[in-house]
Amino acid sequence: MAKINDYIKIVGEDIIEELKILSERLKGKVIQNINSTSVGGGVAEILNRIVPLMNELGVDTRWDLIKGGERFFNITKRFHNTLHGIPAEISDEEFDYFLQVENENAQAINFYGDVILIHDPQPIGLINRKKDFGNNKKWIWRCHIDISHPEIKVWDFLKQFINSYDASIFSAPVFSKELPIKQFLISPSIDPLSDKNKELDASTIDSVLYKYKITKDKPIITQISRYDILKDPLGVIDAFKLVRKHIDCQLILAGNTATDDPEHDKVLNMVKEKAGNDSDIHILVIEPANNDIEINALQRASDIVLQKSLKEGFGLTVSEALWKKKPVIAGAVGGIPLQITHKHSGILTHTVEGTAYWIKQLINSPEYAKKLGLNGHEHIKNNFLLTRHILEYFLLFTSLYHSGDIIHLN
Amino acid sequence: MNNPFIFFTRFNLTELLGIKAKNIIELLEGIKSVPGSSIYFHTHRYIQQHHFLSPEPPNDFAYWVTNILQEDKLGERLASIDIIQFKKISDIREIFITIIEQYINRNPSSRQAYEGEQFHFMKSISFIMKTQYSAKDLKEFLEIVKKVSIHSIYFHMFEARLRLEKVENDFSYWMTTELREGDLADKISKLDPYTQTLESLRNEIIFLIEKRING
Repeated sequence: MAKINDYIKIVGEDIIEELKILSERLKGKVIQNINSTSVGGGVAEILNRIVPLMNELGVDTRWDLIKGGERFFNITKRFHNTLHGIPAEISDEEFDYFLQVENENAQAINFYGDVILIHDPQPIGLINRKKDFGNNKKWIWRCHIDISHPEIKVWDFLKQFINSYDASIFSAPVFSKELPIKQFLISPSIDPLSDKNKELDASTIDSVLYKYKITKDKPIITQISRYDILKDPLGVIDAFKLVRKHIDCQLILAGNTATDDPEHDKVLNMVKEKAGNDSDIHILVIEPANNDIEINALQRASDIVLQKSLKEGFGLTVSEALWKKKPVIAGAVGGIPLQITHKHSGILTHTVEGTAYWIKQLINSPEYAKKLGLNGHEHIKNNFLLTRHILEYFLLFTSLYHSGDIIHLN
Repeated sequence: MNNPFIFFTRFNLTELLGIKAKNIIELLEGIKSVPGSSIYFHTHRYIQQHHFLSPEPPNDFAYWVTNILQEDKLGERLASIDIIQFKKISDIREIFITIIEQYINRNPSSRQAYEGEQFHFMKSISFIMKTQYSAKDLKEFLEIVKKVSIHSIYFHMFEARLRLEKVENDFSYWMTTELREGDLADKISKLDPYTQTLESLRNEIIFLIEKRING
């Protein structure tokens, strides 16, 4: 695991020095994160990196999980889909069951933190314990998903909890709502020293390609994401087929599975069916144990990286690919426009046809594609590495104990 | 004995106001009603986030009017506002209001942004704190300017002048009042920090000081 000083060679000594100074302000406070899974998905990935670094900086930061069985996660998955605007039926009985599990967790969890940071809707009901602690604790709800067009029934249900928090955090401005509590913008981040993003030697990359029987004799177009209909893997295959009418190339679709996503197998089967027997379409399910290095290798081996999401919380795979200086073509949804300025640091598209058009353009204009990748790398370095993420968390926690728009810390 | 120059730095946290605009009229209403820290945020965000890009993208209002509403003429006018000439955020707010109102009077029917492409008003919460660095003379000052965080340069050149409503940037003020280096201070004051990257601004300051020290 990387140490905080290991990041000096990437972001500079001044940035790390500032983090150390700021962390002094939070000495004595305990930060308690609570979410629903410790592996799989972007939230767990970020917490796995950030929590140890915050502790090394001297800010006591811990992480707890709620418990929930298959039925519970099936309900919260539908919450997730309806928040993204996809219709799903949730019965009154299921809302009651959700509340029952929330209450069980609220009783079982020890709320020892001074700042309690609740991630996403699954543990949102824990806020009901706030009244037991008076004003001694600060409660923050961190929303990692796109709630720009939620189904009103689920949104109203969740809003009764959100309104009781002291503050909320969203990943992109487009997700903000009219709420009676403060809303902060904190984008997620990638770790440049993690196995998923660190530099790899050519032999490691080649060995991963060999394992999956992928050759380098034609351009590689890749989308990395779990098999989720909102990531539009079917649209990616459609775009690829349009491109291949003119250019000989290959497609990699690679993802793992998150423990809280019961729809994974269904979508994977749909993708396999659509790909048929096409030997240039590689559909990979990466084992969790090998996930990070293999994803890293596949991104680095790619000529173009896609993230053709229909809905997106933030889309960290975009940051990952840009960090590796890859030209990225991505859907203009959720937090993706924060990471890509169209035609400057990547390409934003809205359709299958547009995606196909830009794949062809970039394959045929390698110098332009290279420039997009370099600009994208610089943008990620300045705005989406985990050092910036830690800094903004520290600022938010500090702000809970101050008022006003200008806060003097000396 | 001169009073030393104490280098501060600043951090920004972005607060979402939950207010959005889908056309020019709503943008104008927002500009009139949001707090000054929101006007500051939208006229300085790109300098901070894209400080490595040259030429930098314009202020948020101009970017949205040009790229989303595709009102190019108004977008160009908003982009060309010479922000450095204003001493107060309230004055910046007024110039944006004046230009947009003039435009609306001549072009009453405004285009609408598509769903998902509305302008979202935000504001900046600034945290200001001392760094470990202070300088007693120009030579020490030069060495620190070379290594201090880019956030510190930003604070003393942009934020202190505008958000704390000082007459000029901190560097020039100290050079004039403590070092009697009015000529050098004047040259630094005349640099336009809005039309170059922060690193090139740092390099220009270094160049001017080295030239002064070396004759």
